[in-house]
Amino acid sequence: MPIPLTVTTPSDLEVEITRVFEAPRRMVFDAFTKPELVKRWLLGPPGWSMPVCEIDLKVGGKFRYEWRNQDGRSMGMGGIFRELAAPGRIVHTELFDEDWTGGETKVTTIFTEKAGKTTVAMTVLYASREARDGAMGTGMTRGMEDSYARLDEMFAAKT
Amino acid sequence: MTPIDRLDATFAALADPTRRAILARLALGEASVGELAEPFAMSQPAISKHLKVLERAGLVSRGQDAQRRPRRIEGKPLAEAVGWLENYRRVWEGNFQRLDALLDELKSAKNRGRSKR
Repeated sequence: MPIPLTVTTPSDLEVEITRVFEAPRRMVFDAFTKPELVKRWLLGPPGWSMPVCEIDLKVGGKFRYEWRNQDGRSMGMGGIFRELAAPGRIVHTELFDEDWTGGETKVTTIFTEKAGKTTVAMTVLYASREARDGAMGTGMTRGMEDSYARLDEMFAAKT
Repeated sequence: MTPIDRLDATFAALADPTRRAILARLALGEASVGELAEPFAMSQPAISKHLKVLERAGLVSRGQDAQRRPRRIEGKPLAEAVGWLENYRRVWEGNFQRLDALLDELKSAKNRGRSKR
């Protein structure tokens, strides 16, 4: 059974992704910040690899990620570290080369450890609500939740 | 429209709370412009404007009755949009499952190191 991933919208401009990992915080922090480790999991859909992964882990330091798939398509993203408090907190900016997020996003990643497990909470702050809704489709989820709640009521009434 | 254009139109149409409320109402059954305007503190022309955006995105269509011209919800673009969101989620789930495997590997390497000492 995969461990569940939660996606929530703490404000109009943000999306938060939360996930628990069965490992101590320092190890999870390393897996998020050491290029040789990041390269092994941050790959996206099946068939993609990460030939470029450069991380200069210091405040003001840059990072650069590039992915490639079997068909030769490529995708790139880069950003700058704004705050660092290892192994608990990272704040960085990021921007995809294709800019499908409507401008730069600011990402805050918080690592908390409890009983040997680490919770990672990643909050992505978008430039505008439209950018967030467009990038994540959250406007739709909210609308759909309403529709589904009503459908649930309808089905409950029928049975 | 290409599939990507249609997805853009769907999300743009859904980025507005009034339009989402209209869709939620239409999920219950078809309704005329007047019936749709009722629960909102909005004029019929204002509602019609929102309906036009929804129609352009293919989310809403017009029923047969020429008098009432009822609007109804269309499921296909929504299903495509949900599919897109589901893909996004699946990408992160895939990433994190790979990370689980990597962390397991790091943990056992650490334990092996410890037992040697």
